[in-house]
Parts: sequence; C-alpha cells; structure tokens
Amino acid sequence: MVGLQHRSRAVTGAALRADFPVFERPTASGRRLVYLDSAASAQKPRAVIEALAQTYAHHYANVHRGIYELSVDADARYEGARRSVAAFIGADSPREIVFVRNATEAINLVAFSFGRSNVGRDDLVVTTELEHHANLVPWQQLCAATGATLAHVRSTDDGKLDLDDLRSHLERGPKILAVSHVSNALGTINPIAEVTGLGRAAGATVVVDAAQSVPHMPLNVAELGADFVAFSGHKMLGPSGIGVLWGRRALLDAMPPFLTGGSMIRRVTLDGAEWNEVPWKFEAGTPAIAEATGLAAAIDYLEGIGMDGVRAHERELFIAAWSRLGNMPGVRLLGPDDPDEHAGVISFVLDGIHPHDVATILDREGVAVRAGHHCAQPLMDRHGVPATTRASFYLYNDHDDIERLADAIVATQRVFGTA
Amino acid sequence: MDNLYRDFILEHYREPHHRGVLDPADLSFADSNPTCGDELAVTVRLEPDSGRVAEVAFDGRGCAISQASASIMSDHLAGMSLDELRAIDPRTVLDDLGVPIGPARFKCALLGYKVLQGAVRGAMTDWPEEAEVLGDASAGGSSP
Repeated sequence: MVGLQHRSRAVTGAALRADFPVFERPTASGRRLVYLDSAASAQKPRAVIEALAQTYAHHYANVHRGIYELSVDADARYEGARRSVAAFIGADSPREIVFVRNATEAINLVAFSFGRSNVGRDDLVVTTELEHHANLVPWQQLCAATGATLAHVRSTDDGKLDLDDLRSHLERGPKILAVSHVSNALGTINPIAEVTGLGRAAGATVVVDAAQSVPHMPLNVAELGADFVAFSGHKMLGPSGIGVLWGRRALLDAMPPFLTGGSMIRRVTLDGAEWNEVPWKFEAGTPAIAEATGLAAAIDYLEGIGMDGVRAHERELFIAAWSRLGNMPGVRLLGPDDPDEHAGVISFVLDGIHPHDVATILDREGVAVRAGHHCAQPLMDRHGVPATTRASFYLYNDHDDIERLADAIVATQRVFGTA
Repeated sequence: MDNLYRDFILEHYREPHHRGVLDPADLSFADSNPTCGDELAVTVRLEPDSGRVAEVAFDGRGCAISQASASIMSDHLAGMSLDELRAIDPRTVLDDLGVPIGPARFKCALLGYKVLQGAVRGAMTDWPEEAEVLGDASAGGSSP
C-alpha cells in the first residue's frame, strides 16, 4: 500500500512509464516511443500482464460448473473481477455487471435484447451526431428491423451536443436515447447527468456509451442516471476481449437473452429452456476468464492512482497541448476549447496535408497517433473534413510528449513545404 | 529526411495528372479507403473503334500517397485495351510509384488501382492480397 499511496500523490507520465513494458521498445526514430493513441486502445501495465499469466499458470479452469478446487478457484477470481467492476463504477450489485467482449458488444446486446422487445414501428430512437459507429449502427439496425424511426441530435460547430435540439427530439417521446459520455473523435465531454436526466424525464430508456470516459475520469452509475452503460476493458489498461455492460437490475431481469447456449440456462429440455439469473443469462458459452482477472488488475492499478488524479493529469495535458498546438501556424483544432468540456483527446487538421500523411511522418518521429475518421464518419462530414489526426492522452503521457508532438508536426509541415 | 515523401510524390499530390470527371464516360467507378474514408472516382472514355482507352480521369480527395499513385498510374493508361487494364499487376503500380510502401499505406497506394479495376469489371473488387503484393517488403516497408 505504501507504493500506492506514493502514486496517488504524484501522477506523472514519466514516472509511470516504468510500469509499462512497451515503453522499453525502441522506435525506428531512435527516440523513445510517444504513445498518443490511448483513445483507440491503452497500453498495459506489468500488473495486468502478470495477472493474465498468473491466471493461466495457476488458477485456470472453466468457470461456473466445476466441482473441483481449481474450478472453484477460477470461478472465485472471475466473480471477484465482477465485484471489482461493480465497486469501481458504483453499481448497486455485481448482478448488474454483464461481461461482454467490448463496448460495441454491450450496445449490440441492448439493441437486440432490450430493443427488439421494446421498440416497435411507431417508436422513435434518438442518438447523436457525436457517436462512434458502435453507438449508431446497432440503432440503425434496430430501426431497420422494427420499422422504428431513428433521429440524430445535432452538434454545434465547436463539437458540443446541441441541448436545445436534444430537448426538441425528447418532446417526441423516444423509446431510447443513446448517447456517448465522451466523443472518441473530438474529445467532447457531454454534460451527461443533465442529458440522462432530460432523457429519463421524457420517458426514454437511456443508453450511455462510456468507452471514452470510464478509463479517464470518475464515473458513478448510481449518480449518472442512465439505464445502461457500456465500456471496454482494453481502453482502461485491461486486456482486449473483455468489456462491460452495466444495466439496471429490473431491466436486465425483464430482457430476453442475447446469445443462447451453455451457462446462460437454468434448465433445458429438448423443446425449450429456462434462462439463468442475471448477469449469467447474458453470458452464453465460456467467457473471457483470464481477461476478467486482467481487467480487475487494471482497476486495482487505476484505483491506486485514483480516477480524480487521472482526470486532473489529462486535463492539465489537454490545456498545455491545446495552447501549444493552437498557436502553431497551419494547425486547426476541433472540439470545445473549455478544458471542463474536453477530455484528453485532441483532433486536428493540418492545412494542405492529409491526416494519413501526418500520421506517417509523426510515426517516423516516434510519435504514435491515429489518423482517419475514428469510426465517426457522420461527424467528419459534419465538420467538413474527410478525416483528422487524433492525439489522445493517458496517465503515462507527459509534457515532453506534447513537445515531441509539436516538433513532429513542424517536421511534417517542412516535408510538405507548408511551414 | 524522407524516402516516402519525395519531391515527385509531392508534385503529383499538388498537381495530379488527369484530374477531373469525364462526361460522358464509357466506364466509371468510385470507391473508398476503409481506413480513412478517402474517396476516389475514375471515369474512362474509350476509342469507339478499337475499344482502347482514349482518356481517363481521376477525381476525389485523399492523402499524398493515394493521389500520387493514381496520378502516376494515369500517365500509363492511354491506348490500353480492357484486357490489358484488367491484367495490370498491383506490384507494377507500386513499382511505378517508386517509393517504399508497407502495410500501413498499402491501401492508400492501391486505391487508384482498385477503383480502375472496379470500372473495368463494372463491379466492386476485393483489395489485392497484401502479403502477395508486398512479399518480403511487408517486413519493412514505409512505416518502420
């Protein structure tokens, strides 16, 4: 615990990088790796990598149906991970935590299981222009299958949700409001408690895509006011292949299963089956056992630093980077400029240089960023750009990374003769 | 500093050859790069007698690599028959581009080729197999 207390006093990128083996990797530039793509996926601390190895080495058997000691041990660790997740997001009960592969699967589960039994052809589903395709396409599919109408809340020129437009959509009494907490493409932090409050007051079931917020800031589902919350393990230092759907117990109880087969049944005859209790009703087949323990280790690591500390660190980096990049000629920044409304994700465009070319030249400088539409093509259209370059921060980044980014942008402009 | 963004690549990017849309055209097709959403369209006009390419034009928006690749390829197309267009080897397209292309920029470099194949065949085609086209080069390539 001494080590943890030390950390909670000083969250600094350089000090934490020692916990992440990837930063020992040499880059072709000859300089240390500057990883600015955590919004796509986070790097893994040694504690998470070791938890996976420990589970496979010493605690591995299938869960749920073993009589023997090893299976009981595996089961205890898997269900222990569920309790860790529940405590981390302030859920009333671990029963409200469904393990899935990722946020995408969590949203698909809600769209199929809740959506197809609650949404009909005269109904309205509302989502927003700010969504990742994961919180858009499943609703398009739901509406295509049921004949329901899909509407989109507009965003403002500086990448914020248009709350007046949200209110006018809510007046039409939608069945479902699906909204992201933080935009993956622009970094916008939506006023989520206000949004969920408006949605529920209008009678909508509110689904929050929290893939970009749970890893980076404190989130308490009891205070959030949503009905469903989806997030991925791999963006919060955990393994890929494990994600979480939180849902209100009464809703989960009433929903039919999504996938069917083993584990999710109580009793099966040749002609039918009775479903298991939640959350196991939604976990058909052998789940991601080791990955769940890895996710629990990631949560331990984050709690050792404190989510307030993580958020404060990224806020500080955002302020520094926004001002550093914003003062460079030929750089256009997207999204809100208020640090309280903008997470550690900066999407930018360089005049006359395609984002793909930017990312290639940045890579040669040892700076890893993402270029493209960030699975948010409608949002790119909205801002009149085919794509952007996106730099995203996490707890292992620091001010030196911002300088490396700025230097690499200058190098890019030099190659293209725009500087 | 750079062996990818050579001057001639940047020149093709700034002033691409055979730019625009032919109207009317005998063949046309448009496609996009799934990783970045870049879109490219091609229109082709054929000689009425021989059926060979009279004129070709590319139109769209994209990165330096995709634009330069289509521009360079467009210089070689006049006079080719449809069979010859169909038989273009993607490796030749990369060779003509003249800069090292790795897996990261594979689709950028072959977007023009793919759109042209779509026009010739009148249907969406699959991306060429990366390992086949890049061979050993895929171990190194443009994104070290």
